[in-house]
Amino acid sequence: MATNNPSVFLLTVNGQIEGANFPEHDNLYCKYCYVYGHDWAPTTGLEEGITQITCKNSQTQRLVWNFPLETTFKSTNPFGWPQLVVSVYGPDVFGNDVVRGYGATHIPFTPGQHKRSIPMFVPEPTWRLQKFTGWLLGRRPEYTDPKVVAQGEGREVTRVCSQGSVTVSFHIMSKDMKKMGYDVGPSHVHSATPD
Amino acid sequence: MASSRDILEKLAMKHRALQETLVKNKHADDVQALVPSAKVNVGKLQPTMKAAESSDEDPGETLKRTLRAQRQRRKELLLSKSSVQESHNNEETEEVSTIKRYSPNDKLADKTEESSVISIKPPSGSYGSATPQPSSSVFLDTFVTQHLQEKLRAARSKGEKLQQLEASVQSPSRLQQLRDRDTVTRFDTRQVDPVGAGRHDDPPVLHNRIKFREAARRVRDLPTAEESYNFFTFNFEPDRPNERLSRKRQIRRKSAEEARDEEEGKAAEVEEDAGGEDDQDETVNQSDEAHLVQNADDLFVIDHSPQDFLVVKKAEYVSYHTRIQQESELFTPSFRTVPASVKLPENMKPRFLEEEGLYVGKRPAISLTNENILENRLLKMDEGRKWFGDDGRIITLPDPVKESSTRPPLADMEEDLHPALQTVYRRPLKSMYGSSDPTGDYQIDVNVSGLIFSHHPLFSREHVLAARLAHLFDQYLTRRQSNLSGHLTDKLNGLRNALRNVVKVHGDQDLPQALQRRIFEYSLEVRNTRHLRDMEQEKDRTLLKNIIKVWKEIKALREFQTFTNTPYKLYLRRENVDLAADEHMYEEEILTEALEIEAEHEEDYQKKLAEYKKQQEEWKRWRKKQKAKKKKKKKKKRGQTQDDTDEEDQDQEGSESEGPFEEGPPKPEPPERPDFDSIEQWVREKASRIRRKPGEVILTPELSASGSITPSELCPRAEVARREDVSKRSLFIKVLYNDKEVSRTGSCSLRSDFRVQFTQLFHLKILNCPQSMNLQVFEQIGSSSSLLAQVFVPVPEPSVVTGSAPVETFEFSSNQRVMFDHEGVGSDVPLSFEPDGSNKVILLTSGKLACCVSWGIGEDDVPRAPPVSQQLGAAHSGLGHLDAVTYIGASGLYDMKKISEWATQSRLDPNDPNNASIMQLLKVASSGEVTAPDYFRLEHLQEEFNFATDEEMEKSKRFRLLRLRHQGVPEFRNYKFVPAFSSETSEEVFKEYDRRLRDEEIINKEEHLDSHRALVARYLQKIRESVINRFIQAKHHYLLSDLVVEEEIPSIGGAGSGILGLNLFKLAEPKRPLKPQRKERKKVTAQNLSDGDVRLLINIIRAHNIPVRKPHSNKPGQSSQSAIQGSEWFISQVQVKPFVEVSFQRTVLQTTTADGPNPSWNEELQLPFSAPNGDYSTTGLQSVKDEVFINIFDEVVHEAAASNKERRPSVHTQTEKHWLGSVKIPFSTIYSQSRIDGAFRVNTPAVLLGYSKEHGSFAAYDHFRKPNEGTFIRLFITMEPQLVPGEAIREKIKEMTFESQEDERLLQASETFERAAALRYPDRPCITTVIDLNGKTVFITRYIRPLKPPQEFLDAFPNNPQEATTLVARYVSLIPSLPDELSFCGPCDLWSTCDQFLTLLAGDEEEHAVLLCNYFLFLGKKAWLIMGTAIPEGPTAYVLTHEPSGFFIWNPSSGQCFERDDTFCPLQTIGCLVSSDNVWFNIQEKASPVNMSFDVTNTSWWKPFFSRSFSHPGLSSVQPEELVYFHTDRAAASDLQDRIEKILKEKVMEWRPRHPTRWNRYCNSILKQFLPKLELSRGQDVAKAHRHELQNLLGDYRIAGFPLHMPFSEIRPIIEAVYSTGVHNVQVSNVEFALAVYVHPYPSYVLSVWVYLASLTRP
Repeated sequence: MATNNPSVFLLTVNGQIEGANFPEHDNLYCKYCYVYGHDWAPTTGLEEGITQITCKNSQTQRLVWNFPLETTFKSTNPFGWPQLVVSVYGPDVFGNDVVRGYGATHIPFTPGQHKRSIPMFVPEPTWRLQKFTGWLLGRRPEYTDPKVVAQGEGREVTRVCSQGSVTVSFHIMSKDMKKMGYDVGPSHVHSATPD
Repeated sequence: MASSRDILEKLAMKHRALQETLVKNKHADDVQALVPSAKVNVGKLQPTMKAAESSDEDPGETLKRTLRAQRQRRKELLLSKSSVQESHNNEETEEVSTIKRYSPNDKLADKTEESSVISIKPPSGSYGSATPQPSSSVFLDTFVTQHLQEKLRAARSKGEKLQQLEASVQSPSRLQQLRDRDTVTRFDTRQVDPVGAGRHDDPPVLHNRIKFREAARRVRDLPTAEESYNFFTFNFEPDRPNERLSRKRQIRRKSAEEARDEEEGKAAEVEEDAGGEDDQDETVNQSDEAHLVQNADDLFVIDHSPQDFLVVKKAEYVSYHTRIQQESELFTPSFRTVPASVKLPENMKPRFLEEEGLYVGKRPAISLTNENILENRLLKMDEGRKWFGDDGRIITLPDPVKESSTRPPLADMEEDLHPALQTVYRRPLKSMYGSSDPTGDYQIDVNVSGLIFSHHPLFSREHVLAARLAHLFDQYLTRRQSNLSGHLTDKLNGLRNALRNVVKVHGDQDLPQALQRRIFEYSLEVRNTRHLRDMEQEKDRTLLKNIIKVWKEIKALREFQTFTNTPYKLYLRRENVDLAADEHMYEEEILTEALEIEAEHEEDYQKKLAEYKKQQEEWKRWRKKQKAKKKKKKKKKRGQTQDDTDEEDQDQEGSESEGPFEEGPPKPEPPERPDFDSIEQWVREKASRIRRKPGEVILTPELSASGSITPSELCPRAEVARREDVSKRSLFIKVLYNDKEVSRTGSCSLRSDFRVQFTQLFHLKILNCPQSMNLQVFEQIGSSSSLLAQVFVPVPEPSVVTGSAPVETFEFSSNQRVMFDHEGVGSDVPLSFEPDGSNKVILLTSGKLACCVSWGIGEDDVPRAPPVSQQLGAAHSGLGHLDAVTYIGASGLYDMKKISEWATQSRLDPNDPNNASIMQLLKVASSGEVTAPDYFRLEHLQEEFNFATDEEMEKSKRFRLLRLRHQGVPEFRNYKFVPAFSSETSEEVFKEYDRRLRDEEIINKEEHLDSHRALVARYLQKIRESVINRFIQAKHHYLLSDLVVEEEIPSIGGAGSGILGLNLFKLAEPKRPLKPQRKERKKVTAQNLSDGDVRLLINIIRAHNIPVRKPHSNKPGQSSQSAIQGSEWFISQVQVKPFVEVSFQRTVLQTTTADGPNPSWNEELQLPFSAPNGDYSTTGLQSVKDEVFINIFDEVVHEAAASNKERRPSVHTQTEKHWLGSVKIPFSTIYSQSRIDGAFRVNTPAVLLGYSKEHGSFAAYDHFRKPNEGTFIRLFITMEPQLVPGEAIREKIKEMTFESQEDERLLQASETFERAAALRYPDRPCITTVIDLNGKTVFITRYIRPLKPPQEFLDAFPNNPQEATTLVARYVSLIPSLPDELSFCGPCDLWSTCDQFLTLLAGDEEEHAVLLCNYFLFLGKKAWLIMGTAIPEGPTAYVLTHEPSGFFIWNPSSGQCFERDDTFCPLQTIGCLVSSDNVWFNIQEKASPVNMSFDVTNTSWWKPFFSRSFSHPGLSSVQPEELVYFHTDRAAASDLQDRIEKILKEKVMEWRPRHPTRWNRYCNSILKQFLPKLELSRGQDVAKAHRHELQNLLGDYRIAGFPLHMPFSEIRPIIEAVYSTGVHNVQVSNVEFALAVYVHPYPSYVLSVWVYLASLTRP
């Protein structure tokens, strides 16, 4: 019945926010959320989440969260393909919680295992003095909404500074995409099929 | 010592007894287990045993032997015992007898015995596979315990004493035993029983437990004081697994005896081990365990006691507890040993495979702490126990590391490797999967044979010449080989003969047509051939001449430079010819040729002549005409000349005659007759030029390289240097295939003749489709090499196969510039051979590479080339893509032109199916040329990328939906889930949108009731669209503040909160101050919201001055006195029971009922808010048009008559609610202000039937302002959570710099003015520039200009200016109000001029205020526009007038007027005042009108915009000179009135679907008469009289009703207002209704609508 003529396709995102590499910061935690278009809806799983605070090991210098992601989306239209937006926060010298980075990546299209390293950045203060006071008072510039980093519009007015990177691994499954005419598989798989 | 000896003796005895029973047991259960299996498994036993043996880690032959001996012994023992004990158990004996049957066969019995052990426990040596076999082992356990218990009972009675001794005796005896044993290590000293401990990994816990159990048992049997002391104080030290492990290792290394012990199992041990006490211990242990299992109490005590001890310890560490609480979520595994009981399933004893005689591997070494941690961690998990084996330890595989290498070393075995182990090379096979070539076994052979430089920088001059010579000679050779001139001569002769024959045969005359043509063709051919021959001959001749010339030059050069560099020598072989014959031939040739040419010329001449004649004729005709004309004109004079010319014409052809005055066809010239002599002369000349002269010797040049080169010693130094340089150089060639280097030749040195011989053959195995082949010539000097040139070699055709392919030469050249200081001429350097240096030539390095590229041939002579047909069909091949040509066999013709040439030449049959493809190709090519566009297209591939045609896009519902959503059409802006297929898109989706589109075209008459308004609505719609477009643009213009939240720049030393110092102080502030201050709520961005998240909080605090009821039975006279009688009357009656009902988005909530005219509710109502379409974006929220209705009702309770039918008299009460007034607050206001707090004037009807208004103050005031009259309600409204109000799009618009006609300086000044104002007083609105309807920025003062109000207002009260003022204010207030935000879906403030305002008949406060201000100015008042904030509107505009009696503030939307010090004035702050010539900003301390001064001349209170420094530039007004008013048709008004009445009556009936609605006609008509009066008096002062009248007329009816008054915009608000009063809700059966509508027309279609609504009940 429905399986023959699906009206939606499903995209299952499993994976985890494995960790991050922030050479200058420690004791960070990470928030994630998805940004997707009108024709998308999450069916199961958490759409937003927040990880534990993690601190660096003295040897590896790497932050590990291993925070699982499990979300299933349904959609009728690949336009507005979901993006994962991660933002990393942590305390500064004075213990104020400040943002350490924003980043976004598209959920991979092809089924299978993927690993993404998301470069992170933060907005820069407009003024030197502001930079100083921001540092002093723990109020760094932040995006009004972390989802800004998933959109292209209006970014030209900001100035950012790169920070580090967050590693995310994805395990993607999709259902009914091909039935609906969207072919995302790797090319050789299909070329190998007999005519 | 004696006593101990005694005890030992006893123990030995006991031991023996036990031994017997145990052996019996063992025997019995062995057999039991054996019997079923043994019968079947006899055959299999051997291998099983072998397996068991082989599973030994390091058995050793001796061990085996000893084992066997052991078994033998035991068996004998067993046999004897069994015979003895036959009487013991009947069943057993039977079974034993079965064993006896086997016993004769020693071997077999041995095996069975062995197998019995094996079958009890699985024969695996590893711990991991030691899965319990419940059937056998449990049976064994119970069996054993049974016997043991029996035994124990006996033993107890015997050994009561013994047990008492045990505790004291044990350790010495143990020590003694230890002393006896040499092999024991020091670890054993602590152990109770070294053998037992060594035998099986008896966890010390068990020991502890045993001890404890014993103690416990003793407690049961009256413990002594010492024992009890021991019990509580003895530290049941947990085990020492480390020791245990090391012990185990040691024990492994122990003697064969111990190994045997391990092998044998418990029974054997018991039998053999001498230590009787130990065995006693053992049995006690066993029996205890049996008890343990059976006795629950024991189990409890034993299992938990160690933990109890731990708890006691823990209690001491309080800090640890708190820490545990803090980190309760974290699990830190303890590193304490886990008791075995926890690790095992309940009711299970640890079982030790090792003890049972099974081999268990050596466990890998793990530190005890880690093991404990791991165990603890595992136990924490749900199914942690599954990780533990039967022995209560973690299941572990044996250590796989072996001590010695198991593989023999291979190093020295290479020579004599076994042939089976020899490696065989197999070539790698290419996988078929994904290969681009079909089979791929192809090979290209590249044969690089050599290289000749035609020029090289190291050439000497002689070399240059020699190369030239060689080149010429080469040419000569090729020419001679092809011998074109000879061929052509032959051909010419043949043709001539043929022609001659034809002519000879047929004679000259009457040739048939066909023949004539043939002759013609022949002669044509002859002419062509002759021409070609001449050319060839000429070339031959020049070549020969050149050769000789160059040779001469070489000779001259050699002489000059006195040495020879090149070996070339040119010989000219002379061939003498017979002079006569030669001459003859020569002459003949010339003659024939001349004749031919003559004939041709003749022919030519004839043709020309014919033409000439024709032209002549024409000319003549024309001439005649001319002459005829002339004759008529000038008869005589011209007559003679005319004759002359005529004669001339006739006589002489070809003579010139001038038509002196004529224009016309030129007179033709007669053709020249060919002259044979001249022709012959020409032929001869030519012949002498191109041909050898008759009798001249035939010269045949021969070039030989046999000459000798002058040796270097004889050469000048420069030449020597050159030669040395040459010898240094060497060359090699790289072969590149598909741009990858595949191989290179060896480097060959450059010879002095500049030739390099490589002669190397490369076989290239080909996997990829050949795309390019490239030979790179490298020159090497010393170690450095440089690329000299590249030679691109075409990929050979499949037919070109090695062997048959000729060696081809490819020319190459390089444009490197090289210069030398020696004899080398260099490259790219001008060079001259002339002595004067002229005639310079520039030579570039160039040469020829001889090579041959072909497809290889395999071993079986099969060409390893891709098949031809495959290339044609294969899509992957770049070659075979359009290659119809290769198909038909003409390879290599890729050029379209060439193909077409070739096709025409070879006369391809277009009908041959084989040629179909090429014909098509040609056709396409030719047609392509014709249709090639002569324009350039940017997106010429657009069509290819269109995935659907435009038509499909139009048709598809899905695409339409997607597009509309993308365009942001409001209906679809937030449409979710556009279906994936068009078929799933329902038409329903578009219905609303389509309807709206239609409605935009046809304005609904019903809705507007008025054609003028319909037009206005359409106009407004258009403006709205254009403005929306503008704002959509603006919305995509982002500012930094839109994206990034950033701290304000702290101002240093300035006023306000943002001082840096202050902020620094804040750091030192306590985090939680004792007196907390109200903090700003966190604003929520709207994106994350959904339905139900947002609530509207309405706090209804209290109300003032609510109208009170009047007793309906009052007679008219009394009612008039009631006000006077005042206080007495108040007490006597229920005044009013008001409650407030709030309705918003169909949710209706109400407060409790309060009492009296000044009730206090103080209640909070929460109304859910849901945004349309779930769109919580800012724009979505801004466009919410819903309003909050706050209605005040009076709850009236009637005691209806008790129904008589019932027996019990009951009282029915009916509750009615009577509407008293309402307040409307649009949601947009709440949203934009985020909170509204204040007293609102309740919109009460002018007349409330049955109610009288309470007058709170009796002060005298002007008749046109009644500030305190009316009801007020105090409200606090906000939203939870606080939403971020729409961003100031004004700012953005400024950013976008809307075009403006204002002066740039003015705009800048206004910007700085506004900014300064905002910085200092952020809450005071300051506006200097506004945006007009066209989106242009206009300075605000341009809006202020005196404008004349409608004349009728001026005429109405000519003597009373105050009246006129009121009238005007009322007129302005009657224009409907429409907030800009709603109309333009964005917080933008558009100001329309007064005429636009009157045309649109809609606008918000600013427009009203501007119009009112302008009218007041016309009326001669001093008036200003106030920009300020008011409740509930927020930022708004009011009007200030200055009159002799003081300042007055007018609310333009309601027409109300307030005194400056009126506390009920809704205006809260005044930001700035605007007049026609200036703007003043309020810089006073207070902003509320009560506390401030309006003296604008005082610059310390008011900051003027235009001052002396920046004077008013004389801005002209944007307002029109005069407003034109249309006279509104009264008839239209009455028509509208009737329609509204009809609609309302229908609606009221519709709202009462279950009750009949009766209309009291009489009352209707009475009410209708009242309404005009109300309009006249503007709703004031008529109440009393009106009530009187009504009362008189209607007598006994109880009337509740009121007139509603509103400006007219649409019908919908009227219906809403009527509905909200709830009059229709009266449920009494005998209720009647009355409704009257009156529409009063004012100029310019401004209409005042009155609706009188009443319900009548007969008491």
